[in-house]
Amino acid sequence: MIQIDEIQKRLLKEVADLHQVPEGAYNIRSNGKAIGRASTANIDIIPKENGSGIDIRIKPGTKNESVHIPVVMSQSGLKELVYNDFYIGEGADVVIVAGCGIDNCGPEDSEHDGIHRFYVGRGANVKYVEKHYGSGHGTGKRILNPGTEVYMEEDSSMEMEMVQIKGVDDTNRTTKAELANGARLVVRERLMTHGEQTAISTYLVDLNGDGSSADVVSRSVARDTSYQKFDAKLVGNAACSGHTECDSIIMDKGRILAVPGLEANSVDAALVHEAAIGKIAGDQIIKLMTLGLTEAEAEEQIINGFLK
Amino acid sequence: MLELQDIYFNVKADDAKKEIINGISLTIPDDKLVVITGPNGGGKSTLARLIAGIEKPTSGRIILHGEDITEMSITDRAKKGIGFAFQQPVKFKGIQVFDLIRLASGKRISVSEACTYLSAVGLCARDYINREVNGSLSGGELKRIEIATVLAKGSVLSVFDEPEAGIDLWSFQNLIEVFESMRKNIKGSSILIISHQERILNIADEIIVLKDGKLTAQGSKEEMMPQLTGTSSAVRECSMLSGAKEVR
Repeated sequence: MIQIDEIQKRLLKEVADLHQVPEGAYNIRSNGKAIGRASTANIDIIPKENGSGIDIRIKPGTKNESVHIPVVMSQSGLKELVYNDFYIGEGADVVIVAGCGIDNCGPEDSEHDGIHRFYVGRGANVKYVEKHYGSGHGTGKRILNPGTEVYMEEDSSMEMEMVQIKGVDDTNRTTKAELANGARLVVRERLMTHGEQTAISTYLVDLNGDGSSADVVSRSVARDTSYQKFDAKLVGNAACSGHTECDSIIMDKGRILAVPGLEANSVDAALVHEAAIGKIAGDQIIKLMTLGLTEAEAEEQIINGFLK
Repeated sequence: MLELQDIYFNVKADDAKKEIINGISLTIPDDKLVVITGPNGGGKSTLARLIAGIEKPTSGRIILHGEDITEMSITDRAKKGIGFAFQQPVKFKGIQVFDLIRLASGKRISVSEACTYLSAVGLCARDYINREVNGSLSGGELKRIEIATVLAKGSVLSVFDEPEAGIDLWSFQNLIEVFESMRKNIKGSSILIISHQERILNIADEIIVLKDGKLTAQGSKEEMMPQLTGTSSAVRECSMLSGAKEVR
């Protein structure tokens, strides 16, 4: 039986929508230690021998199973670097839910740097959901620096949903992907920064195979004096298609730098980028005010919708 | 009942003062559907926006059910019971049709309740409830959703600014039916439509003509229609369409 306190329960709910121990395979990490782990017949979770993380091995052909690997930290001043490697067998179809919640009530910075590597087998489908959340009134920062590497074999597909809406002071996210023939990658990133937070998100996607495709879309809101940088580069090395989009709402004294990048090394690569930054449209606020919302309520609804 | 008392609205254009609304006084009585018509640029839409509070008059008073609302914000007027349908419906990113109708109703509503408002404007609710209110919807669809939000809000005075603008002719036919149905259930409220479509004028109780920011004529539909028919204040929908229907 896993023993967790109320703060940890709340963090688990925020990052993984978990109210109790999940079904299927899971590994719950709390304050630097695994506090619960379960493998299934098809999904093995094995701690690395040097203690630096876990290997998740999913058997070929595994269908409709899920893996939850949430991390919660409620101890101020804790810093950790964890490597999680996912080996997804041929033809498997799985959902992987990661996420990290930090509650920092103390004066020292808390930091979780998670390096996730995905080896997606031929024809496998993966849906990956990652939520980051911070809370606590301490002066110490809540820092998350996720590194994600995705290696996709032929005809595999991966859909990544990455969300950071609240409370993370400092984040530097890097995502790299390499796609073989017919592989398909979809990324949906949603980000909101407030206060003095900074968030940097960098993508480098190599479309190496014919028929491969990538669609990397970020929607973000920068409030107060926060700063965001979105740097997405798609490299087309074959007959592939790629699209990247950054759509941002800027508020207060927020700052946003969008650097969409495309590199075509094949005459058959079709690559597109879009980027837009702007404040909330005045007529959107007015419309909601004519329905009886105050200006502040209208803004909140517009942002909620935008980040949904 | 809404009263406008000696409303003026000026804007500055090239350092000169331009009168958009030039001393208008009028009353929108309860249980009545009133249509304001007149040539383009006559100040009709501005008047609608002044009533909703989107613009503030340079001088004059706006009275709703005996209460002076001239200085009230858009939000407060909405709470007092003024509904407003935009000439060009606003598009959003991520906000779905259901969200908008829920916000309009001002309470938690079920999907089936929200669907009744969509059905009322002639949309097959199931197909629309989860759609985003964005450019993927046609002009006619957006317009009907806009009207559904006004229905869901439940207003004592509903103002529609050129509901026929930007929609296709087939949608227009449906729109007329929507207004006819609203007209039947008007008890306890009133409706103000800005329009120069003859078919909308035909369902009015009263018609007001606005020209160069001034009220130039006002009367019952029966009094007004003979003098308006055939002018730019009472435009017929595409005669080709009417003709095609007649042939069939």
